[in-house]
Amino acid sequence: MAKKLMKGNEAIGEAAVQAGCRHYFAYPITPQTEVAEYLVRRMPEVDGVFLQAESEVAASNMLFGASAAGVRTFTSSSSPGISLMAESISYIAGAQLPVVYVNIMRGGPGLGGILPAQSDYFQATKGGGHGDYHLLVLAPSTVQEAVDHVILAFELAEKYRNPVMVLGDGMIGQMMEPVQFPAEAVTEPPDRPWATVGMKNRPQNLIRSLFLNADELEANNLELRAKYDLMERDEVRFEFYHADEEMDVMVVAYGTMARIAKTAIDALRADGVKVGLVRPISLYPFPKRAVREAAGRAKAVLVVELSTGQMVEDVEWAAPEGVPIHFFGKVGGNIPPPEDISEEISKVLGGKATPRGLYGRVEEAS
Amino acid sequence: MTLDVMFAGFGGQGIMLIGQMVAYAGMGEGKQVSWLPSYGPEMRGGTAYCSVVVSDNPIGSPVNRNPSCCVVMNRPSLEKFAPKVKKGGLLVVNSSLIPVTSEREDIDELLVPCNDLAMELGTAKAANMVVLGAFVGRTQVVKLESLDLLVEKQFAKKPKFIPLNKEALRVGIERGKAEAS
Repeated sequence: MAKKLMKGNEAIGEAAVQAGCRHYFAYPITPQTEVAEYLVRRMPEVDGVFLQAESEVAASNMLFGASAAGVRTFTSSSSPGISLMAESISYIAGAQLPVVYVNIMRGGPGLGGILPAQSDYFQATKGGGHGDYHLLVLAPSTVQEAVDHVILAFELAEKYRNPVMVLGDGMIGQMMEPVQFPAEAVTEPPDRPWATVGMKNRPQNLIRSLFLNADELEANNLELRAKYDLMERDEVRFEFYHADEEMDVMVVAYGTMARIAKTAIDALRADGVKVGLVRPISLYPFPKRAVREAAGRAKAVLVVELSTGQMVEDVEWAAPEGVPIHFFGKVGGNIPPPEDISEEISKVLGGKATPRGLYGRVEEAS
Repeated sequence: MTLDVMFAGFGGQGIMLIGQMVAYAGMGEGKQVSWLPSYGPEMRGGTAYCSVVVSDNPIGSPVNRNPSCCVVMNRPSLEKFAPKVKKGGLLVVNSSLIPVTSEREDIDELLVPCNDLAMELGTAKAANMVVLGAFVGRTQVVKLESLDLLVEKQFAKKPKFIPLNKEALRVGIERGKAEAS
């Protein structure tokens, strides 16, 4: 198939169709409404369903039902909408169902704004809903990667019977880039023996997150934990951009901030500055080993995010002791141009930036 | 080669379309491209702008603090973006609607009376094609044939507008080439 120039949101919709998904439940919210706009036209062409729910709460519970019935299903939303879905995300994780969520992040907290942000990192990787669960989280940096991640998300969701989130932001959703869809149709698992599709001659399947017996609930939690252990072993994804060499400054950034950082890094490297980038692609499982090893080759680390500092906590957890960790963030929908990042890297190089304290963002005054 | 350009004007001037045409044309010629619109809380008739990058290499940031080219179709856009154009960069000004210049000495400033030139062809609506032509004539970032193909596609359902728009592109390209300093 030839390359197409597509908006991120439209490409995400088409990727879901290409992945064989025929059940999309959603409620519109900027900056991702074009996913629904695209699929309201596209789904009928492939005998699929787009049902606009009365709210995000309803949409997410429709996903719960559809997934229990054994079909590929997904939704897309943006930050406040994902918060409304949080309850059922926890239920779906507890019930071990494969559902794909796309969160095109906007500024928060609360209703916040409609411009790009990366301030749902904690929500996506550390919970959001209640209980001992994880989403598998993928963070695309280009429109092509958004397509690839949506398709991969369906596969991983089914492999682990666990909800998977593709975490983008308003910039990925709104921008147009050339994309290529897979030449061959994505295959679905031949059967889903756990699905509630009618008993016939087999024992009853029960999809639930309620286990009143302590031992049963513990067993379910341990089953989940075993899946997360496998994900942490097998599903870590990251990119090194000049990060497999000695670095004066190692930048860590994901999604759109990573691509902006690359432009800054290219400009500095052209001037002979030793700077590289580690780009986490899976945010959960976090590429702890990669960050740790690369940070061992760096004199200093600079984490860049569209937040006031979220992923930086995982970088601090991963990095070896003794490497100073700096942070640069923009919020509210403001996106730093590459020049801002270059200047920040230069400050770190020149000793003009204060690293984060060992015991908190601001060291206690002595 | 990497070229980044900001197209700016008011809603309805076809700003987003000409930005997309550059991106489509670049992609058709085998280049890497990105197109990023402004999507804030805009009002009807308010400022609309988009940022396009065309490159031989994978594109990092789709937007820069100082774009190397800027095309402004109305006065508020000139006031907002002209000071941001990179030193030695290009500023294309729709002089039909903008009675002032950037007063910058360190950039290539190209004044094109886009609305007037389009009116001579029959409709001011083609002013965006004139300015697109001028920008492409000056930068050679994409080929005229690529743009012609896009015009044919864009107006496939209203073929009577194809010759007019192609002519508007040519009028613009002449301006872009002729006044190169």
